[in-house]
Amino acid sequence: MSLTAADVKKIAHLARLNMSEADIALYTPQLSNILAFVEHMNQADTSHIDPIANPLDLSQRLRKDVVTEKNERDQFQAIAPEVQVGLYLVPKVIEDE
Amino acid sequence: MEYKTLTELSKELTTKKISSVELTQFFLERIKSFDKKLNSFITVTEDHALQMAKQADEQRAKGEAGRLTGIPFAQKDIFCTRGIKTTCGSKILDNFISPYDATVVKRFNDAGAVLLGKTNMDEFAMGSSNENSYYGPVKNPWDLERVPGGSSGGSAAAVAAYLTPGATGTDTGGSIRQPAALCGISGIKPTYGRVSRYGMIAFASSLDQGGPMARTAEDLALLLQTMSGFDEHDSTSVDKPVPDYLKTLNDPIKGLRIGLPKEFFNQGLDSEISKIIHDAVREYEKLGATVKEISLPNTELSIPAYYVIAPAECSSNLARFDGVRYGYRCDNPKDLEDLYKRSRSEGFGNEVKRRIMIGTYALSAGYYDAYYLKAQKIRGLIRDDFMKAFNEVDVILGPTSPTPAFKLGEKMNDPVSMYLSDIYTIAVNLAGLPAMSIPAGFTKGLPIGMHLIGNLFDEERLLKVAHNYQKVTDWHTKIPEGF
Repeated sequence: MSLTAADVKKIAHLARLNMSEADIALYTPQLSNILAFVEHMNQADTSHIDPIANPLDLSQRLRKDVVTEKNERDQFQAIAPEVQVGLYLVPKVIEDE
Repeated sequence: MEYKTLTELSKELTTKKISSVELTQFFLERIKSFDKKLNSFITVTEDHALQMAKQADEQRAKGEAGRLTGIPFAQKDIFCTRGIKTTCGSKILDNFISPYDATVVKRFNDAGAVLLGKTNMDEFAMGSSNENSYYGPVKNPWDLERVPGGSSGGSAAAVAAYLTPGATGTDTGGSIRQPAALCGISGIKPTYGRVSRYGMIAFASSLDQGGPMARTAEDLALLLQTMSGFDEHDSTSVDKPVPDYLKTLNDPIKGLRIGLPKEFFNQGLDSEISKIIHDAVREYEKLGATVKEISLPNTELSIPAYYVIAPAECSSNLARFDGVRYGYRCDNPKDLEDLYKRSRSEGFGNEVKRRIMIGTYALSAGYYDAYYLKAQKIRGLIRDDFMKAFNEVDVILGPTSPTPAFKLGEKMNDPVSMYLSDIYTIAVNLAGLPAMSIPAGFTKGLPIGMHLIGNLFDEERLLKVAHNYQKVTDWHTKIPEGF
């Protein structure tokens, strides 16, 4: 699989990464090489094999639906870039009328 | 006390030959003298360490000490430490002071171990050379122009240069075993689910597993005992009793069935390493083991499958770094999308971005079956190979890495060639198996690691097999010149 510069731009957007033209020129061949390498997988016949998500075939353990966490908001927000009255601040999302 | 193993230091503390404060000062001094050359620590917690050491000595005076009480120790900077900077080797977490302790950290704290500091690593544990750290590369103490391996390269270099008697590592595709091999120390990656992943910053959640790194298998047994066991905070933690690893360590291995996978000894392997591993096999035969050739036919498929699964899971895990709740935020974002994109682009390094993009692509609409699902099926093939092998043998033995430590910069511009250096280790993570690397010799002054792979939850046997070898060899006692 060979990626084009447009593909890489689209992937970067999906991953919420900024890419300069120089970055795209660097990443396009590297990512194409990795994908070409990954496609060696197609040599293997896996039609009779079940996919593995957990190596021990265990499924996610469930817990009782009870409150176990204590309120540590202030402590968690102490390391946030910007907070005000217990809220995380980000640039305005909804435009003015 | 120079070059004593962690187990020996524990005995010195018990017999009061030395105090924890003295021991801690000794290692802090060594870090000060030698780490300028190595760059193995990101953070040294000197004041905190001396305070913990003082407490440990008081506890011991009261007769309340355990085997790790007062033992200086280092944590890979992927484990969250309450009130102490936890960076994961990334600029995006350069200002992150964790509000809680990882379960592994808590267990070492509860056992009375003294935290010397946090060790350097490839950013988010992505790398095989430690060159992907925001804090600069770690140097191999055996040759300062060479890499220590990765991603737990800081822990490996620090143990090898005796800046700490032991450290934690994490292993997603070989990140404990490969640096242990390249730095001439011992390290074990336990069975998936054996050690809690709570507070261990996630890279690829179905593969990540923490484990100890130290000079000897005996030290690893003691450390693994402390780290292992069920944790309700980790939803994939396995609720299974932890055996007493030290109890069986000295049991003889007569009759042990060792398998040598022919795929581990093909043309990609350095001929000197092949010879060294075969010498180790002869030692095992002298100890009463039987050896046979086995086959793991799908070994070569493990790397392509890994480079779908690990990036896919990483792209999902690293979505949490958004510049909003913690970590790096870009200056003057003009809108929310700009905030996300610039915080992430400025905060992540190249290898992390490459993997996020590969993972994003593999999981994007229309490609899931061709990549992620296919890789999970390959995972099935690889596990079946191992299970078939374990019907015939007790442990699988081979080299840990196809080459000794390579030169800094040698593979940095060619990601695929870097990926290939993990050819022997990656399949183990895909199958969730325990495996370790122990020193087995030297070529041109560089250490070589022997790889031992066990069946699920067979850590006890692996440690015993390694310890039996270390009782009749002295590769694990070597210290690099100048340290």
